[in-house]
Amino acid sequence: MKVKKGFYLLISIVILIASLMFSASVGAVKMPLKSIVDVIFGDGNSTDKMILLNLRFPRIIEAAFTGMGLSVAGTFFQGLLKNPMADPYVLGISSGAAFGASIAIVLGLGIFGLQFFAFAFALMTIYVVYILAKKGPYIKMQTMLLAGIAISAFMSSIISLMMLLNHDEMSQIVFWTMGGFSLISWSQIFYTVPIILIGCITLYVFSRDLNVIMTGEEIAEHLGIDTERVKKIILIVGSLITASSVSAGGIIGFVGLIVPHISRLIVGSDNRFLVPFSGIVGAAFLVFADTLARTVMAPVEIPVGIITAACGGPFFIYLLVKNKNKEVK
Amino acid sequence: MSIVNVKDLHFSYGMIQALKGVNFKIDDYKMVGILGSNGSGKTTLLKNISGYLKPSKGNVFIMGKSVYKMRAKDRAMLIGYVPQDMYFDFEFTSYDVVMMGRTPYLRRFQRETEKDASSVKEAMILTNTWDLKDRYVNELSGGQRQRVYIARALAQEPKILLLDEPISHLDVKYQIEVLSILKQLTAKKILVFAVLHDINLSSQFCDFILLMKDGEIISMGTPNEVITAENMKMAFSVDADVIRNPITDTPLIVLSKNKGMI
Repeated sequence: MKVKKGFYLLISIVILIASLMFSASVGAVKMPLKSIVDVIFGDGNSTDKMILLNLRFPRIIEAAFTGMGLSVAGTFFQGLLKNPMADPYVLGISSGAAFGASIAIVLGLGIFGLQFFAFAFALMTIYVVYILAKKGPYIKMQTMLLAGIAISAFMSSIISLMMLLNHDEMSQIVFWTMGGFSLISWSQIFYTVPIILIGCITLYVFSRDLNVIMTGEEIAEHLGIDTERVKKIILIVGSLITASSVSAGGIIGFVGLIVPHISRLIVGSDNRFLVPFSGIVGAAFLVFADTLARTVMAPVEIPVGIITAACGGPFFIYLLVKNKNKEVK
Repeated sequence: MSIVNVKDLHFSYGMIQALKGVNFKIDDYKMVGILGSNGSGKTTLLKNISGYLKPSKGNVFIMGKSVYKMRAKDRAMLIGYVPQDMYFDFEFTSYDVVMMGRTPYLRRFQRETEKDASSVKEAMILTNTWDLKDRYVNELSGGQRQRVYIARALAQEPKILLLDEPISHLDVKYQIEVLSILKQLTAKKILVFAVLHDINLSSQFCDFILLMKDGEIISMGTPNEVITAENMKMAFSVDADVIRNPITDTPLIVLSKNKGMI
C-alpha cells in the first residue's frame, strides 16, 4: 500500500514536469527543450530569454501555484465540510472576489487595484460568513455552508446590477470572472506565490488531524485534537490561499473541485498522501489547461476557466459513471 | 481509590437541565450499564465523564484526578469513547481508522511505531476485525463498523471505555457478540460504561447498572438490585413482570400488561 502510494506520487511529479516543459515550449514561437534548459541555467540567446523569462515563465509559475493552491484548499474544504462536492469557492470567496474586482473595473483602477480589491473583498466575505456561522466558541459547518450560498447569491445579484449599469466594462468583468493568466508578470508572483506556498505547507501540517475530523468531530475531540482550533486554522489558511489565487488569476472553476476528488479516487482519503498528490496534480492540470487556453485559438486567448470546465466536467462524469458501475457489482 | 468518582454532577443545555446532581463511585474494573428512558440524560452523563462536555457544577474524578483539569491528550490516553453509529462518506480502511486511536500517542510529525502497530493489531484481533483491516469502513455493515470503532477506542489503550448505544442498531447475533467483547475487556482492567436500551441483555451482561430518570440516578447496583418491577415502572412508566431467567439466573422482564398499549 505504502509503496503504491509513493509510486503515484512519483508519477504525479513526472506528469508535472512534463506539463511544465510542454507549456514552456509551445506558443507563437516554438521553443525546443534545449533552449528551455539553456535559459534556465542562464545561457541561451536573448530572444529565447525574453520570451521565456518575461512571458512564459511567470505565467507558468502562477498557473502551477494557483492549481496547487486551489487543489489543496479544495481537499481541505471537502474534508472539513465532510462533503466531497465542496470546493474552495463554496463559502463565497469567489463571489466576494468577483464583487471586489467588479468595483475596481468599474472605477477603472487598473491591474493592481483590481487584484487588491479582489483579495480584500474575498477575505471580507469569508469573514462575514464566518461570523454568521459562529456560535459561541463553535463554528457550525452546515450553517457556514448555507451562509456562504446566501452571501454568494447576494453578491452575484449586485455584480449583475453593476454590469447592467456599466455596459462598457461588462465584457471586462465577464472575462475576469472566467479566469486567466494573460496579465501575469513577475510582480504578481512575488505576492501570491509566497502566500500560496506557505499556506499549503501549513495546511499539510494538519493533514492527520483532518483525517480524524473527517470521521467525526466528536471523536476527534475524544482523541485529544482541539477540533475548533484546527477548523479555524484550516478555514483561515484555506481562505488566504484561495483569495491569493483568485486575485491573480480570476475565478478558475472546477480545479478545486475535481482535482481533489479525482485524487481521492486514485490514492484514497488519507490526507497525508492525498494533499501532496492533489497539489501536484492540480499544478500540472492548470498549467496544461492554461497552455491550451493560449494556444488552441491563437492569437485569440480563451479564458482558462472554460478549458478547466470543458476538460474537467466530462472526465468527472466518466469517473462517476465508472464508480456507479463498480458499486452495482 | 475509586476508578471513577462522579460528584454532584449538574449539566444544562441552555435552559434545559439534563443532569441534576449525579453521584456514584466505581471501585473496580467491571461492566456498567446505563439504562433509562429517552432524554433521561444517559448520553449527557457519558459525555461529561469523557470530559467532552463541561458540567455547570460538580466534578468527575478518574483515579483521583479531575477529568476537566487533564490535558486533552492525557485524557485521550485514559478514556476511550465510542459514539453512536456514525457514517462518513470517505474511504478509510478499517486499519487506518483503528490507527487513528493512536493519535494521542503521536507527536505531530511522528510516524507510527512498532508499538502503535502492535497495539492496533491487538485491538483488532480482540474485536474480531483483523480480517476486515483492508476493507473501507464506509463499505462495512453496521455490526462490523461498530466493532471497528470499538477497536479504535481500544487502540487508545484506555482504562475507561465509554460507549453510547453500542448495540442499538445491530441484529441479535452482533448484539451478543459486541456485549461479549465488552465483557471480556473488564478482565483486561478496563472499566466499561455502555448506554443500553435492552434491559434483558443488560441484566445478563452487566455487573452494575445505573438507572436514570430526568437527569438523576434513581437506582444503582447489581442487576438483581436494580431490575425490579417498581424501578421499571418508575423509570419507563411501564408495568413489567420481573421473573428469573432460568438459564442465566438473572432478572428477566416481561412486558405483558402495558396499560397504555392495551
